[in-house]
Amino acid sequence: MTGSQPVLTMTGISKSFPGVRALDGVDFRLLPGEVHALMGENGAGKSTLIKVLTGVYRTDHGAVTLGGAEVSFSGPMQATAAGVSTVYQEVNLCTNLSVAENIFIGREPRRLGAVRWAEMRRRARALLARLDLDIDVNAQLGTYSLAVQQMVAIARAIDVEARVLVLDEPTSSLDAGEVAQLFRVMRQLRDDGLAILFVTHFLDQVYEIADRITVLRNGRLVGEYPTSELPQLGLVEKMIGKELRALERLDEQSRHDAAAPVEGAPLLDVRELGRRSAVARFDLTIHEGEVVGLAGLLGSGRTEVARLLFGADRADHGSVRVHGTPTSLRNPVAAIGHGIGFCSENRRAEGIVGELSVRENIILALQAARGWLRPVPRRRQDELVDRYVRALSIRPADPDIPVGNLSGGNQQKVLLARWLITEPRLLILDEPTRGIDIGAKTEIQRLVAQLSDGGMAVLFVSAELEEVLRLSHRIAVMRDREMVAQLTNDQSVDADRIMQTIAAGAGHEEVPS
Amino acid sequence: MSDPKAYRALTTHRLFWPVVVLVGMLAANTVYRPGFLSVQMRDGHLYGSLVDILRLSAPLILVALGMTLVIATGGIDLSVGSLCAISGAIACLYISRQPDQNSVGGVLTALALGLGVALVLGAWNGVLVAVIGIQPIIATLILMVAGRGLAQLITEGQILTINSGPYKAIGVGHLLTLPLAIFLALAAALLVAAVTRRTALGLIIESVGGNAQASRLAGIRSGRITFLVYVISAACAAVAGFMMTANVSSADGNAAGLWVELDAILAVVIGGTSLAGGRFSLGGTILGALLIQTLTTTVYAMNISPQTSLLFKAVVVIAVCLIQAPGFRARFTRRRAPAAGPTPVSEQPKEQVPA
Repeated sequence: MTGSQPVLTMTGISKSFPGVRALDGVDFRLLPGEVHALMGENGAGKSTLIKVLTGVYRTDHGAVTLGGAEVSFSGPMQATAAGVSTVYQEVNLCTNLSVAENIFIGREPRRLGAVRWAEMRRRARALLARLDLDIDVNAQLGTYSLAVQQMVAIARAIDVEARVLVLDEPTSSLDAGEVAQLFRVMRQLRDDGLAILFVTHFLDQVYEIADRITVLRNGRLVGEYPTSELPQLGLVEKMIGKELRALERLDEQSRHDAAAPVEGAPLLDVRELGRRSAVARFDLTIHEGEVVGLAGLLGSGRTEVARLLFGADRADHGSVRVHGTPTSLRNPVAAIGHGIGFCSENRRAEGIVGELSVRENIILALQAARGWLRPVPRRRQDELVDRYVRALSIRPADPDIPVGNLSGGNQQKVLLARWLITEPRLLILDEPTRGIDIGAKTEIQRLVAQLSDGGMAVLFVSAELEEVLRLSHRIAVMRDREMVAQLTNDQSVDADRIMQTIAAGAGHEEVPS
Repeated sequence: MSDPKAYRALTTHRLFWPVVVLVGMLAANTVYRPGFLSVQMRDGHLYGSLVDILRLSAPLILVALGMTLVIATGGIDLSVGSLCAISGAIACLYISRQPDQNSVGGVLTALALGLGVALVLGAWNGVLVAVIGIQPIIATLILMVAGRGLAQLITEGQILTINSGPYKAIGVGHLLTLPLAIFLALAAALLVAAVTRRTALGLIIESVGGNAQASRLAGIRSGRITFLVYVISAACAAVAGFMMTANVSSADGNAAGLWVELDAILAVVIGGTSLAGGRFSLGGTILGALLIQTLTTTVYAMNISPQTSLLFKAVVVIAVCLIQAPGFRARFTRRRAPAAGPTPVSEQPKEQVPA
């Protein structure tokens, strides 16, 4: 395998955006029949490198060769036609079209210009069967979960006569079973001779599937290593460019703090809150200074709970008390009025306003709460933005560039800053660390612990049990759109116990959705 | 070192190409008619083509200012032309019923009436879009069509002529040697700029237009903002309607403000505000409006036959839009880049001949 010629080489790739030098002379090569992991922190340049490869961006400098010939794609369609297929981090499909249409959009099987629908459906079913996915190809894609949509995106990518398959964070929205399924497909494709470029933030997954690893840092190449010769600790150190000890110490400390019980007064108290076909009725009390973790599998109703508590969706049953006073959380404005903030799991669609600047994004919630007639004075804006850009180490530290130019992790920090300057009493964080590198992840975890020490309550929603365990005082467990248990996070609780709770469902019947 | 950088910053500026086209058109006019740029003082008033362009563009600037805010929220307001006709018709009708058409009080009441009705109709648009949730293009299409009928009902299908000095002044009066209309447009521009940029309204409009879902979750009451921009747009259209009818001292329900919505949309787009919503530029819109009026004046000044004038206008507008589009410019520069190689080779012998 190592003796074969690279199917893809990229040499001296540089790319700049206004205010950001995203890539600086990066070399990269990909061999046929390998899974190659591209690793780096947020803003290291992984996504940019992929977009250069697939023709979304044009390089400022450098060359790309595919199968020995120099290529320069003017767009993803051309790249796909040449054999470079990509599945992006955020699913880029049309949710209002059917599954089959999504797989074949832009290259529908035709006869005399007319689309051969039956042929298209047949081939879609065959492709999905290859991925062990049994779904109705005529149904609208939007009716399926994010995980299924991701699989459909992969089906779309492998249908083409691909020589290179690029998977950008394909697992960030998948649960363990689905990841295993994806890896089985990836191994099969690799054995067929496909070169797979795999980007992820899950280190375990890298060691499970990757043959070789290329590490980027701050837009520069750090090195290329066979997976077997680079231990995990070494990889992380190469990614963040510093020793890990400090991070580990923090982990132990925050776990220790979390184990101490919280004596705060009840802040938010909901009874029998629910919404038909979203989440079954549940009771939940959150105290001041308490971190409540929300654990459960993908699609178990975690996000739905978070949205109800913020008024993003309207509850159709139940009562709410804030500081003991009955009220209702009928919309986000009402929730914000009670001192509740919410970072959505869907950063791009429901979080940032991409074309506005970092500064404008940060002050948005504060400004909305004040109303448009009372603008936040410019000096106060600069003061707040400066403080949070520094405190959260948002990079690049230029508040006037469009937030859309930032990497995912830094966008997440901008969203955190947006809520922190409103000084909320309860902050709801839905998957705040998803798709974020280990450095930023630790920073966010540390921040949550600090906020809770300062008296702020946090509802922490995450698919990663370790993270929930590390931070939470109490853990609410979701299963099949139902809150099945609430556990105090003492020594007796560990990942196994939560997994068992999820599996057992605390004796409840399964709720038809 | 800094020179090429400054040059690049200038040529990639959003409004560089509209300015180039505007200057180019003025230059073409000057070549065709050498007296084009001259401005004369007569009876204490300034006269000249440039002053005319400014005066005639005033109504379009007004309409386009309101349109900018609507478009920035991701909407569109097709009803502004009809609103011009309705507000003008109401004002003229009220004045025509007065015993003394020259009474300032009567004219002010007429303006208040016209503006009031326009605000109600703007609120109607706002309710359709923000409360009921009809797509803006359909919601405002209703009033675009129905409004013409309403205007004709008010004037009873006739051209309503008035003879009122104070009202006429709105269109053709002078202040400090310049037409009053220019000051009105300027005042409106400053007012809209102050309301959007001195408060947080501009930011919130851009946020709603940039990402409605994220704005809602940040606690913005986007419905109120959407409602507000349609009301502002209607108010701007009403004042423009007064100007249009005052210009000719008559209200024609059928012709007043006809197609001005399209010119306004064009002005906004040329000014660099995306039809998808988000970032908006009031300065760009004013520049766009001036460009369109200059084009109209040019068509008349050059005696282009009425049959082909619209076509001529369309060609210029297409050209402006194309050179503004980054994709088109990229294609142009890309095609030119490989051509840059052989060019010096063919030039060198040419230079050697005279040497």
